Amino acid sequence: MILLDIFITGLISGSTYALLAIGFSIIFGAARIVNLAHTAFYMVASYCIYLVSTKMGIHPGWGMIMAVILVTLLGTIAYQIVINPIREHHGAVLIATIALAMAFQEIMTLIFKSSYLSVPALIKGFVPILGVKVFYQQILTFGAAFVVMGGLWILLMETRAGLAIRATAQDREVANLMGINESRIAMLATAISVGLAGFAGAIVVPLTVINPRMWEHPLIMMMAVVVLGGLGSLKGSFVGAYILGFAESLVVFLIPAGAFLKGSVALSIMILVLLIRPDGLFGVSFEEER
Amino acid sequence: MKKAVGVMVLLVFGLFMVFGVPAFAADTIKIGVIGPMNFVQGQGHWNGATLAMEVINAKGGIQVGNKKMKIELIKADSNEHLSIPDATNAMERLMTRDKVDFVVGGFRTEAVLPMQDIACEYKKIFIGCGAATDAICTRVAEDYDTYKYWFRMTPFNGTNLAKASIAHLMSTAGAMKQAGLNIPKFKVAAAIEQAQWADGFVGLAKAYIPKLGMDLTGVWRPSANATDVTAELTAIQRSGAHIIYAIFSGPVGIPFARQTGELKIPAIQMGINVEAQKDDFWEATQGMGNYVMTSNTYARDVEQNENTKAFVDAYVKRFGETPTYTAGTYDAILFALAPSIEEAGTLNSDKIVSILENRVFKNTTSTIKYVKDSEGRHLHDIQFGPGYSTGLATQWQDGKLKGVWPYKWVAAQGAPEVTYKGIVPIKIPPWVIEAYK
Repeated sequence: MILLDIFITGLISGSTYALLAIGFSIIFGAARIVNLAHTAFYMVASYCIYLVSTKMGIHPGWGMIMAVILVTLLGTIAYQIVINPIREHHGAVLIATIALAMAFQEIMTLIFKSSYLSVPALIKGFVPILGVKVFYQQILTFGAAFVVMGGLWILLMETRAGLAIRATAQDREVANLMGINESRIAMLATAISVGLAGFAGAIVVPLTVINPRMWEHPLIMMMAVVVLGGLGSLKGSFVGAYILGFAESLVVFLIPAGAFLKGSVALSIMILVLLIRPDGLFGVSFEEER
Repeated sequence: MKKAVGVMVLLVFGLFMVFGVPAFAADTIKIGVIGPMNFVQGQGHWNGATLAMEVINAKGGIQVGNKKMKIELIKADSNEHLSIPDATNAMERLMTRDKVDFVVGGFRTEAVLPMQDIACEYKKIFIGCGAATDAICTRVAEDYDTYKYWFRMTPFNGTNLAKASIAHLMSTAGAMKQAGLNIPKFKVAAAIEQAQWADGFVGLAKAYIPKLGMDLTGVWRPSANATDVTAELTAIQRSGAHIIYAIFSGPVGIPFARQTGELKIPAIQMGINVEAQKDDFWEATQGMGNYVMTSNTYARDVEQNENTKAFVDAYVKRFGETPTYTAGTYDAILFALAPSIEEAGTLNSDKIVSILENRVFKNTTSTIKYVKDSEGRHLHDIQFGPGYSTGLATQWQDGKLKGVWPYKWVAAQGAPEVTYKGIVPIKIPPWVIEAYK
């Protein structure tokens, strides 16, 4: 019975991490940008949904749509103003994006104070699955992770834009020579990535607590997921997310008094994997794939 | 020459801008209010102090010797949730730049300890309205000359919080029995956040719950900042617990309460949940925090003594919310400091300390008596028990925070029964009744 509990709860928390990590991964894979403000966009999306659904009394579904549009616009503007001018300097990008995240945090604190807020679930209630109570919203998160993964796969493999992204990821100079506007592709990748952060926020926010610092913990877990899976590898991020999700569940069920260690144990697993495979689980195969 | 004078004027103006205008107004008593001002705890500190100042100043101020002195509050943002150095810097500024006469506030033990050091170094009375750890007062007993300037106001110390929570646990079990539930032996799951102040509750749960004739099914220790506790709740439900003894001061109190309600875990939740003490808890949990119980200091309809109602009503009218325990700055200024200053006839800290530590007075929740340790040394900690501070337990009942304890509470054999005005019986969640009927 305990194995079943671990499996189901691991699957659910893994889906949340997967949703966030895929977006982060795509911008690194396509544009070599480590956007540390990724989860801050997720935070902004959460506040947007709160504003629309709780303060304005409009259905959270509309809040989701508005959040994704707003965050995508915000991300694109941030790319043009903050990231693009310093794109070639990776250290500077790291610092600039973390500064951007902190700026978002302070702006949200000014507007909403530091209170803990929440929004209603899109689909209320739960269903017992083999004795484990699972929220419908969690099932939605699980499904959304697969849909996003599938959608991105189709975008990258079946469309001209996807071809351009892959070509740019493989060799920016050659892609430029072939007539691909590399800067525009980077912006497109940023928009997709940030839009996904907004989407993740929209799906996950009813399961969490909204506050200006809600971006910090997911950022650490998401970094662990992408490093574990192999930087820039979508497949790696997906698999890495579930590995960490299962690791967290294992800790809660096997060491209840150490439940607070679940994040640390997941990060330790990441370090262990990196000691054996420094490129992460799928880092090498991704390089070949590109 | 004119240029030199101009430069001098600009320089002096610049210095005023940087270091602030010196306190020429010696007819005011300066009280520093220190707390995390961007957080609800700091807002409570400030709001409580503001009300106290208004009451005192409306009467012309405090009689100090042969003159009346009004109160001036200085706000100091300790930012202690995020940075301990910010907290110590804020206290240092109160001492050196603002030159306050007294300080009230503080919240996190980790920040209050170094802030206490600074205030005591400057020999300024610091009345704590937030941190519960016993050790803050133990320092007074161990090094009286250094730490005698520290006093506690709210909440009562960790040991007494634990005692109260065990009394709440017994009342909860009693209410479940009265509801006719078919539970031959109660099973209790302890969910205690990982934080220094909460560590003592783990030992307490392990030691006391079996002594009460109940089974402890396990101790879960989620992070104080956890946002998803479904795994923990799945494990707790599997353990067969009827009662969840929850100890949370961090934001984890919101998802824990919300997800317990949403998943209809067949167990009643009681203990300490600081988030459940706030009015916005109902909205934060989307109404799923119904039936959650917590230790508390104030509830809108409960009168612990003759001072409670006036304060709670004024607070609600002015700030639109129920006060929480950090608003104890009101008690610290109005009931602890002001009469002590008047009695001393001076702002001299040493004289006021010797008066305050021996006074027995009523505040808005109880009768305050500063206790001594087993060796007879001053602790400047407050007396717990019937007739003194007992606190409350409150429960969310259909969107309203109701006082549910002490309800016919008998602290010891032969002791008088205690029920405060406005206390109502505990309600058992319908899904719990359904599960065990």
